[in-house]
Order: sequence, then C-alpha cells, then structure tokens
Amino acid sequence: MTLLVASIAGAKAAEHSGTLPWKPFAALPPQPLPGGRWYVFTPDEARMVEAIVDRLIPADDLSIGGKEAGCATFIDRQLAGSYGSSERLYTQGPFLPGLPTQGYQGAEAPVARYRAGLAALAQHVRAQFAGKAFADLAPTDQDKVLGDFDAGKVAYPAAAGFFNLLLQNTMEGFFADPIYGGNKDMAGWKLLGFPGARYDYRDYVTAHNQPFPLPPLSIAGRPEWKVGSK
Amino acid sequence: MVRKLPRKDVVIVGLGWTGAILAHELTDAGLDVVAIERGPWRDTATDFNVAYAPDELRYAIRKDLFLQPAQEAMTMRNNISQTALPMRDYGSFLPGTGVGGAGTHWNGHTWRFFPSDFVLKTHLTERYGAGRIADLTVQDWGVSYDELENSFDRFEYLAGISGKAGNLNGKIEAGGNPFEGPRSREYPLPPMQMTYAPTLFAEAARSIGLHPFPTPSANLSKAYVNPLGIAMGQCTFCGFCERFGCANYSKSSAHTTILPVLMRKSNFEARTECEVLKVDLASDGKTAKGVTYVDVTGELCEQPADIVLLNAYGLHNVRLMLLSKIGTPYDPATGTGTVGRNYAYQTNASTQVFFEGKNFNPFIAAGALGQTVDDYNGDAFDHAALDFVGGAGINCIPTNGRPIAYRPTPPGTPRWGSAWKKAAKQNYGNTLTFSSQGSSYAARGNYLDLDPTYKDRFGRPLLRVTFDFPDNDIRMSNWVSDRMQQIATTLGGKQAVVGRARKGWNSVPYQSTHNTGGAIMGTDPNTSAVNRHLQSWDVPNVFVVGASAFPQNAGKNPTGPVGALAFWAADAIRNHYLKNPGKLVQA
Repeated sequence: MTLLVASIAGAKAAEHSGTLPWKPFAALPPQPLPGGRWYVFTPDEARMVEAIVDRLIPADDLSIGGKEAGCATFIDRQLAGSYGSSERLYTQGPFLPGLPTQGYQGAEAPVARYRAGLAALAQHVRAQFAGKAFADLAPTDQDKVLGDFDAGKVAYPAAAGFFNLLLQNTMEGFFADPIYGGNKDMAGWKLLGFPGARYDYRDYVTAHNQPFPLPPLSIAGRPEWKVGSK
Repeated sequence: MVRKLPRKDVVIVGLGWTGAILAHELTDAGLDVVAIERGPWRDTATDFNVAYAPDELRYAIRKDLFLQPAQEAMTMRNNISQTALPMRDYGSFLPGTGVGGAGTHWNGHTWRFFPSDFVLKTHLTERYGAGRIADLTVQDWGVSYDELENSFDRFEYLAGISGKAGNLNGKIEAGGNPFEGPRSREYPLPPMQMTYAPTLFAEAARSIGLHPFPTPSANLSKAYVNPLGIAMGQCTFCGFCERFGCANYSKSSAHTTILPVLMRKSNFEARTECEVLKVDLASDGKTAKGVTYVDVTGELCEQPADIVLLNAYGLHNVRLMLLSKIGTPYDPATGTGTVGRNYAYQTNASTQVFFEGKNFNPFIAAGALGQTVDDYNGDAFDHAALDFVGGAGINCIPTNGRPIAYRPTPPGTPRWGSAWKKAAKQNYGNTLTFSSQGSSYAARGNYLDLDPTYKDRFGRPLLRVTFDFPDNDIRMSNWVSDRMQQIATTLGGKQAVVGRARKGWNSVPYQSTHNTGGAIMGTDPNTSAVNRHLQSWDVPNVFVVGASAFPQNAGKNPTGPVGALAFWAADAIRNHYLKNPGKLVQA
C-alpha cells in the first residue's frame, strides 16, 4: 500500500481533511413566522379550526383553551412549511391501500388532508344543523360532532384519518415551544409542570419526590427577560 | 459522465461510530483513508447549539436529525403473503444520517452481550437439545466473548461509559450485574446519580430477590478525558437525549470521542453530502475496485480503493451489498443464500404504574439513566420448564418528560376535552414507567431483500423488510411481562398497566432502532455473509461492520457490541489483512 498524503482535488464535495470544519453557531435556529395573518387556512377554515381546538383543549380552571393558546396559529404555520407539503417523506407511488401495520399510504400531504377534512366536516355540520357552521354551534353540539368524528361514526372518505391528524397537531400546538406560535405563555407546560428548555438539572437529580422550584423556560427565554417587559 | 478520482487505500461508506473507529485505526496504521457520508457535517458547536437544542417539536416529532424517507425509505410487510409498502415516514425505527450517524441521537445504553449470546446455537443445543430451537435459525457468531473482551473494553474507555462492574475477572462484584461476562477492569466512570423512579424500581426489584444495577451509560457521570485525549463534560440530565444531539459534550458519539483527533490527520478525508450508489466490483465479481457515489452537486464520481468498508447503518449495509451484487441474496423459500438472512429486531413491552402524591419530575432524565434487572435476560435463568428460549432485560430508564409525546394517562381516559386535561395534569409527575427489552431470535421467514416496486430518488430499489415477531419471542415476552407484573404489584400505586407483545409488527409507533442481521458473521459461508473478521466471504477486500453482523439480537441495546466489532475488524485488517491481503478464513 502506498501512502497518499495529498488530499484529492477536483471532487465537488464538501471535503474535510486536516482540519476541524467547525463553525460555531452556524446552524439555523428555529425561525418564527410573523403573526397577524393566516398562511394556509382561509378565514372560514381558520375560524373552524379555532373552534375545534377550543373543544379539544377547552378553557377551564386548569388552563386557557386551545384557541387562546394559539393551536390554530401553530397548525397554520406548520402547514406552511415542509411539514405541510410532506417534503421530507417518501411520496412516490404506486399508492396502494395498506394494512394498519404499514402506516399512512395516502398520496395527500397534510395541507390537502386538512382542506378535504375540514370541508367534509363542514358539510356534515351543515347537513346536521340546518346549514350552520361548526363555530356557530353550542359547545355541547360541537363536542358531539367531534366525538362522532373521533369514534369513526362519521365516515367521509375525504377525511379518513383526519381527526387523528387534527388531534395530534393540536396537542403539538399546545405543548411545543411557544416559538412555533402555540403554547401561549407556556400554558401547556404550566398545566403539566414541565420546565421547558432548561438543560441543567444537576442540583435537583437527587431531590427525590420534591417539587421542582423553577418556572418554565422557552427557547426564546422568559417573557420578563425581554427588553421593555414589565 | 463519471468523474474518476485518484485511488485511496481505503474507502469507508458512512461516518458514524464504526466508520470513525475504523478510520482512526487504519489511518494510525499509515493508510490513506476517505470516508463518504451521505448526510451533512455535524458537530456539537455547530449543530447542537444549547440555546435551541431542547426543542421537542423540531427534533423528536419532526425528526430533524434523522434520515429522511425522501432520501431513502424502506418497504415493509409482516410476511411473504403480504405486499410490502413503503414506510412513507419512519416510525418503528429511526435510522440516522450525517456525520456521527445514529450514534448522534442514541440514548447511550452501552452493553456487552452475555458470553452465551456469542455461542447461542451451541449453548442452547447443549443445555436444552436441538429440538428447542428447531423453528429458529439462531447461530454462533464465530467469535467468543473472551476474544471480544478487549474490544469491548476499548470501546467503553473510548466512550467513557458510566457503570458498575458485576464481574471483574471472574469475581462477582456487589452493585453490578452478576450475570455479565468477566471484565478485565472496572468501567471508566462510576454510575450516574439516580433519579426517583429508578430508585423506587430498584428497591422493589431487590425486595423480591432480583438483582437491579445501574444501567451502563454513555451519558457521562463525570467529566472525562478519553484515551485519545478528548475531553467530555458531565451529563446535566436535561432530558433531551434520544432523537437529539447532545449540546453539552456529555453523551458519547463519534463527535465527542474520535472526530476531533481524526479530522486533524492529513491521511484522512471526509466527504459529506455524497451518497454511495454501489460498491464497484471487478469483472470477476470477486474483488471490489472502489465505490461509485453522487456528490453534493449531483455529479457521479468513482472512488477507487484497495479496501472497501461498509460502515453504514446495518440495514443500509445490507442494501448496498444487494445493490452491488456482493454475495448471494437469501431466499426464504429454500433457506439458501446469505445476504438478507437472519434479520432480527427487538421484542419489547412496557409497564406503567400510576401513583398519587408522587413527584417523579420526569423531565430530569438522561437517555441511559436508570436501573436494569437482568435476572430474566438471555439464558441467565433456566428455560428447561419453559416453552421458549431467550429473555429480556427489565429496565426502568425514564428518558424524558417531553410533553408532546409524554403524557401518560390511565386506560379509559378520553383523548381530549376537560376530562383529558385533568388526567394529563394528574398523571404527568405521578407515573412510573419501566419496560422489557427482549431478544429477537432469527427465524426463516424474517429477512431483507430488494423491493420489486418502489425505488429511491436515483431509481435504485428500496430495501424490503419482511418481519414479524416469532412465536418463541412472543411467548418469551409475555412470560417476562408476568414478571413485570410482580414488580409493578410490589411497587404499589393505584393502578398498573402491563404491556404485552403481540404478533403483527407495526411499523408506525416507535419501538426500537435496534435492527440487526442481514449480513451476519459466522464460520460457514453457506449461512453467513461475512466471516468472523467481518470480511465478505465473496469479495475479500470488502468488510461489513455494524449490527448487520449479529446472527440474532439479544435483549440488550446493540451499540456496545457494534463498537466492539469495529475494533475487532480493525485489528483483523491491521494485523492480518494488510500483511497478506486475501481471505482471512479459508472455508
């Protein structure tokens, strides 16, 4: 074996040799989208999703509700990104009906699933409640509609699996870092007692069965840390 | 148009744990080594920034650090009567990508398998008779625990593992695992401090005669400088371990243990964002010439090399062999062929105990911080009166309290609404979870091959995984679940829910990234793809290193044996192959 010491020239690759290719703080931090607008939802869709997330996570004496916590905003912003388009997933056909063990086999990405699912749900509500919109129903009727959807009692091919997607995304919105538009004031974390993005618990490891004393922390810090905050 | 590049002594496919270890060993031997990695460069300072590393949505839910199915998916089915369909998102297991590989986002459990695991077929046949394993295709590894001991030791000292020896040179040590094989020396670091849940679990287990011990951990209990002179910090118990890169230099990975030295060597080069398409064989099919890859701009490149090392994730090693026509593909109908044979997984079940008035603070956690009971693992107990072989470790290792995924509630709780909220709040800090991680023994119908329908973005067939839990393993896991029930009862609490393994492997919920086999090692070229030195029987200048070499899986995490096999293969190349290139074992 001969020993080649010179590094290869000419290959168009990210080449690293004889060096540590470290660029501190080079990776992108999460980029919050500006608020004050809907990115994917139409106004009618947004109104409907806000009403839905407020029943999935209702306001009560334990916490604010899903709407105030920003769960619809969170979902809208997620749909506007690579999640909404399934950019990272395997999306080549053929698309065949799969077994439950084989996972989601539809061709539609989340944006299309929301569009179809919300339309199917709206149609169902109009038919059942004399042309009304979901957001205009009484909370008990809204719960009944969602319960039927959850239980599979309302069969709409266009909305297959939609309830689970909606519930999963709503919970993500309530419990993800507030930087993504939900979990307002870390309401979801306060509900459970999760301290958030803290990373050093060495002083508390052996404090068995003791309440953890510090308030939650977001990637964006705490509200009172902001310049100009009261 | 293919760009032909100047030759190298060694080309390595994949720069994770094993690629980095082999590259370090072979550059030390004076060879000129290039590693081709299809993912991006990654390191702690650049990519696991502590200011935003603790982000459950980005890393744990949207899986930012993992191999994306758009780049490479796999298809799955439970048996050959079904049509395999693509896992359009990875769920049951999560392969890594990028420099560091899956060793970036692992939990850090660092085991040695039992001595009997390495001679499994011989051991079980001698103890219980050949009839007991007639419906399994378990095999011996072709290498013994004693032969591997030094390699295990080197990996543990490289990584700075925290633990307590249970068997030092044959002497059983209090506080360690009494069932483990003999170690030549103590772990490099003492065990981690324990949180509340594993402390209670260990007390309960001990009170019914079991032998709990601290789980060996690559989350470091103290600051450490490894034999390469690389310093690591103490784990801070942040609870963002598995699925995350460690922002704190306190979880062992290639980044924190090898790369800072390797990258400075002039006879090593890493090419990132370059995907190897195949190993190029000479016209006789008996010699590898190098590899062909697509570089970051999309250009096709040929990298000639005298030695080709497949160090990708185990499943990808197998796919590359199949795509490159190295060895004979396994045929489940006849049981012949070796590449794809003896794919195995892990047979798991979990238990939740719901308490009142406890404060487990589940967010104070680390990936491998906990307690393990090995009394029912492997062949540590007598199976004579039982209807299965194999076993499971029982582990209380609460890894996190990240609330998108971790919100335990008792059965019957609604999934949403006010009643759900109340139950989520009540049980978040009040729930103790432990689980069984069981062996996965090879069976004739479980295997890997190339999918006939689905292709990747380069038009190459996807890997097809045909797998279901063998009946033996279901019986094993359920028997261990009965033992978990005993521990749960001893723990008390107001309600316990004991999980049960069932047939019908489901590719959707996460279970384990401990996929093994497909390019297994052994002493017979008719039943193994590589010899006891991880050298291809068919193309002797190709070595295939990883969990792809396990003939079957034990009830333990595989990274320890994977690291040991990397040192074992490196020794074979340095001390034997380089002096006399060719077959190291004559069949």
